Amino acid sequence: MMATKAGGTGRFTQDEKRRDSDHVSFLKHRGFRWLWVALALCGTAILGYLMIDQQPRPNGGSWYGYTLGTIGFGLIVWLSLLGVRKRRITTGQWSLKAWTSAHVYLGLSLIVIGTLHTGFQIGWNVHTLAYVLMLLVIITGIYGVIAYATLPASLSANRKEMTRAQMIEALTAIDRQLESAAQPLERTEADLVINALGQDVFSGGALARLTGRYPGCATACALGGMGRQSEAEQRVVALLEKRREQLAQIRQQLRIRALLEIWLFIHIPLTIALIAALVAHVISVFFYW
Amino acid sequence: MFKVAIVGSGPAGLSAAARAAALGMSHVLLEKTDHLSDTIFKYQKGKHVMATPSNLVLRSDIDFEAGKRETILGIWDEQIAGHKVNVMLHAEVAKIEGKKGAFSIHLRNGEVIKAEAVVLAIGTQGNPNKLRCPGADSPIIQYQLDDPGEYYDEHITVVGSGDAGIENALGLAADPAQRNVVTILNRSADFARAKAANVALLEEAEREGRVIVRRETTPAEVRENELLLDTRDGQEAIRCNRIIARTGSQPPRGFVEAMGIEFSSPEPGAFPKLSPVFETTTPGIHVIGALAGYPLIKHCMNQGYDVIEFLNGNHDLKPADEPILAEKFARLPGNRSVEEWLEVFGRNVLILNDLSTLQLRELLLDSTCHAYEPGEVIFRRNEPGSSMFAIAEGSVAVEVNPADPSVTVPIEQGSIFGEVGLISGRRRGATVRAAEPVVALELSRTAALKLLATSPGAARAVNAISIERQLLQMFGSGLTREDVAPLVASAEVVQARAGQVIVTEGADDKDVFIVRRGSMIVEKQIGDRPVFLSYLPAGSYFGEMAVIDGSTRTATVKAAIKSEVIRLPGQGFLDLLDANPALRERAMKDMAGRRATNAFIESRKDEFSGAVDLYSQTAAFLVDNGIGEATDVLLIDEKLCIGCDNCEKACADSHDGLSRLDREAGRTYAHLHVPTSCRHCEHPHCMADCPPNAIKRGPDGEVFIDETCIGCGNCQRNCPYGVIRMDAKPPKKPSLLQWMLFGSGPGPGEAPYSWRKKKAEEEGVAKAKLAIKCDMCAGIDGGPACVRACPTGAAIRVSPDKFLTFTKLTEDAE
Ligand SMILES: Cc1cc2nc3c(=O)[nH]c(=O)nc-3n(C[C@H](O)[C@H](O)[C@H](O)COP(=O)(O)OP(=O)(O)OC[C@H]3O[C@@H](n4cnc5c(N)ncnc54)[C@H](O)[C@@H]3O)c2cc1C
Ligand code: HEM
Repeated sequence: MMATKAGGTGRFTQDEKRRDSDHVSFLKHRGFRWLWVALALCGTAILGYLMIDQQPRPNGGSWYGYTLGTIGFGLIVWLSLLGVRKRRITTGQWSLKAWTSAHVYLGLSLIVIGTLHTGFQIGWNVHTLAYVLMLLVIITGIYGVIAYATLPASLSANRKEMTRAQMIEALTAIDRQLESAAQPLERTEADLVINALGQDVFSGGALARLTGRYPGCATACALGGMGRQSEAEQRVVALLEKRREQLAQIRQQLRIRALLEIWLFIHIPLTIALIAALVAHVISVFFYW
Repeated sequence: MFKVAIVGSGPAGLSAAARAAALGMSHVLLEKTDHLSDTIFKYQKGKHVMATPSNLVLRSDIDFEAGKRETILGIWDEQIAGHKVNVMLHAEVAKIEGKKGAFSIHLRNGEVIKAEAVVLAIGTQGNPNKLRCPGADSPIIQYQLDDPGEYYDEHITVVGSGDAGIENALGLAADPAQRNVVTILNRSADFARAKAANVALLEEAEREGRVIVRRETTPAEVRENELLLDTRDGQEAIRCNRIIARTGSQPPRGFVEAMGIEFSSPEPGAFPKLSPVFETTTPGIHVIGALAGYPLIKHCMNQGYDVIEFLNGNHDLKPADEPILAEKFARLPGNRSVEEWLEVFGRNVLILNDLSTLQLRELLLDSTCHAYEPGEVIFRRNEPGSSMFAIAEGSVAVEVNPADPSVTVPIEQGSIFGEVGLISGRRRGATVRAAEPVVALELSRTAALKLLATSPGAARAVNAISIERQLLQMFGSGLTREDVAPLVASAEVVQARAGQVIVTEGADDKDVFIVRRGSMIVEKQIGDRPVFLSYLPAGSYFGEMAVIDGSTRTATVKAAIKSEVIRLPGQGFLDLLDANPALRERAMKDMAGRRATNAFIESRKDEFSGAVDLYSQTAAFLVDNGIGEATDVLLIDEKLCIGCDNCEKACADSHDGLSRLDREAGRTYAHLHVPTSCRHCEHPHCMADCPPNAIKRGPDGEVFIDETCIGCGNCQRNCPYGVIRMDAKPPKKPSLLQWMLFGSGPGPGEAPYSWRKKKAEEEGVAKAKLAIKCDMCAGIDGGPACVRACPTGAAIRVSPDKFLTFTKLTEDAE
């Protein structure tokens, strides 16, 4: 057994290839392999659409329309399975990066396949509903890719080697110091500090989280209302400034993470809706046929 | 006058005393603390104590089986009382004088005890180092801290800058409600001996004013409620009600040697020389247990029983490990008895010649015996393997030319092979087959290292052989032992600290070096900055350029990590080249290749100096973070990482539900992140001190912990990268489908602690906390799950010799 492992075909060869790997993103995976596949698919579909004489007119009901419809349906089902692939950590030589790469390019090719499948017949019906849902899923997907390509670097830069837990810990540490530093302050100023300390870091709701703007921030408010005369006040101001910076880092982290995730909250439910609409679309087609 | 005095009441001493009591032999058991078995007493509360090795029978008058620390100590207390063992607590032995038949045992409190024979069972814990300043015997000094929560309103000074000291200081300052003023003293300016994570925590505590850190400061005098300090700017007194001294401990070796007992070598890993009846070189004094080199409780207890039986004149007693050895030998041909095989191995194998029967038995317990048919493969080129083989009978053939298996070099009976893997930690360099029927001994890495540490003769022999083989292997086919003999004779092994410069750019020395262990980095000064040129793993050579063309050194070579190089005189190397045109040609080709790389990077320097700087600095960052000793390391390109933690989830889901990596933690440079995850070091620190030898290197090169782990936590403490965690195997989660459809269970990835705890309580069986770490997904087809499960390609696992190159480090991802 040892022999086959080191001999050339087994895990050793796999491992050596992996150990020699580059950091190449899912978009560039294998020299844009899936981009080329998708382009070829679209090209063939367009060519077929132009060359084949569809009677009485091009639409989903012609044999070519059925072919495109079947390909499109198959693709959508396969695209949806990414959610399962991502979470089922089975053995074998798969890579989620390759899946994502194929997902993106084949998903985009659906714009062409789906549109040609409609034969440009759009109306107020369940068929068009499926088509529109598909486009919405694709549009959110495009946003996702843009987010994945542009945001990670700023996430990394903002983190400054700190983990989420460490950021919270750092804030707690500042808060402890603030608490004792605020003891000599007079009532109104002390209240400002107490408000700042009492406010939930995550308050502000989804909008604040996405925009990074927290108009009701009690720390900013306390900084505004604090005098700067006495030594105690100056010490508190310095600490509040530190707190504001720490909050800014946490909030920026939350913001980027939210931007990286928010679209999935549309992409996935719409995928479910899309599949439901597709099923209705297919059934109705066969029913009225 | 007692017949026997047993010193130390650990499992070894207890078992010995119980046997003596059962035999009615007059005895006394001396224990320095106020309770029995101090080492086990000091285990963390509720620790699950393991009874490995499971195939070894327990031979003792007191019981022992796996269970909670409290239960075991309880049973022992009861049974020791039941056997009417003559125990003396608070009896620390300070000195032993006299000779066989009449020993005087001096206790620290002045009492003297007389005995005919002594059994030393004091373990390896030793004594904590005392402070060396006036007032060092003051009662305010303590050497251990059991519960930092029990001190209030005190000024406490911690002396010592290792992990123990830092952890104590942080513990004392953790709860502000205790209102302690905690100071920690460090003799030097930085905390080089402690783990980076601990240092970071301490520095944070310092910034927040929770702990006062005094650098370059030592205690000068301990006074009443005051401590006088020597600082860089003179002396200063601080308030101090309590001192916690954590400046390491003194191994018991000095104490033992003072009785005239010889150790097998000066190496720190050596043990006392012992006869088959555990007698030391001082007749009448016996050593058993961890001090004798047997750190598992079962071994200790068996030896306690045996040593008393021997003292009682029972010379036919076979050691308890006899059946295990018999089983090992059963697969060898010839139907010989255990005794006969021991004799064959001890006599035939050169490096085992000096060993006593006891040492030989122990070595064989940690080793595997093999019989091979002629032509059978023993190991193949490029297989990982850190074990060493010794030929007891027959001979083997080494296939030195990968392209042509018919070119072989013989290794004869009595010699060794496979030592390169042991020394360099690298993969096998050649395929080895049996040339005739072979009986061979495979020494595990631990057994081999122990042998080298205990037998200077074996160490010398392995050293000489390994240099010769390294030369033959490196310079390829066509060379014979005679060709390299002059070089071997003049070779010298040089140790290098991390960062130590071996070759200096511009110098005109003329030696050639081989990296024997560790790795090197090559740098060149361009303009005002050093530029990283390349990384040299163990098994490469350097310094040949200046020798061949007579120029000065064109680059600086320094150790990336603690390393060993072999220095060869340049003239000897030139003579070898002159005598072998084929070799000369190869050397010239290698040299041209290196020149080309250097020239490429230098030329880039003018065009895109930014890229070269980035490359250089990134390489330096990786080396600083220990990549130089890695064989397979997880890196994350943070330009691609979306923070989804699918890598951690995949890790947990493919390994019993616990993640072995922490993606966020760890250092980052230029968006290249080194997460907290095992790098499968060439010479793993975690293996250093594992009582059951449960940490091994597997067939795919992974360092893994097998099921014999006893949960002692030594590996966790020894790992400088903090990648080992101690945790109990969590209960099973509902399936993925159940979660997706009905939302049952915690979903993919590691279940939160609260869920695991609740579920485990429902199941009702307490599981032991064991050490867990990355095993590189050994045995899982497809390889590491963390990499396969990354949606964007951010996570990669690479090896340093492939990754530390210009193209990889400057590769631009979107
Ligand atoms: C955290 C931890 C967990 C472990 N878990 C396990 C496990 O689960 N299973 C397992 O098999 N092994 C385990 N081990 C290893 C095992 O505990 C030790 O190897 C074993 O206790 C050694 O036994 P011993 O009798 O040789 O010495 P020790 O148990 O060390 O006992 C030595 C005794 O001698 C006394 N002594 C020392 N010097 C003197 C002196 N001068 N005069 C008088 N008395 C003296 C000491 O106070 C002590 O009581 C663990 C070790 C550690 C550190
Ligand atoms: C009709 C077409 C599509 C369907 C049905 C579909 C469906 C899905 C599903 C089910 C997931 C899994 C999400 C999860 O479980 O986390 C997913 C993820 C994703 N989709 Fe799509 N998708 C489609 C088209 C696209 C397109 C066109 C793009 C890009 C241009 C895209 C980009 C992505 C990306 C980037 C992810 C995230 C991968 C990850 O983080 O693991 N999708 N999609």
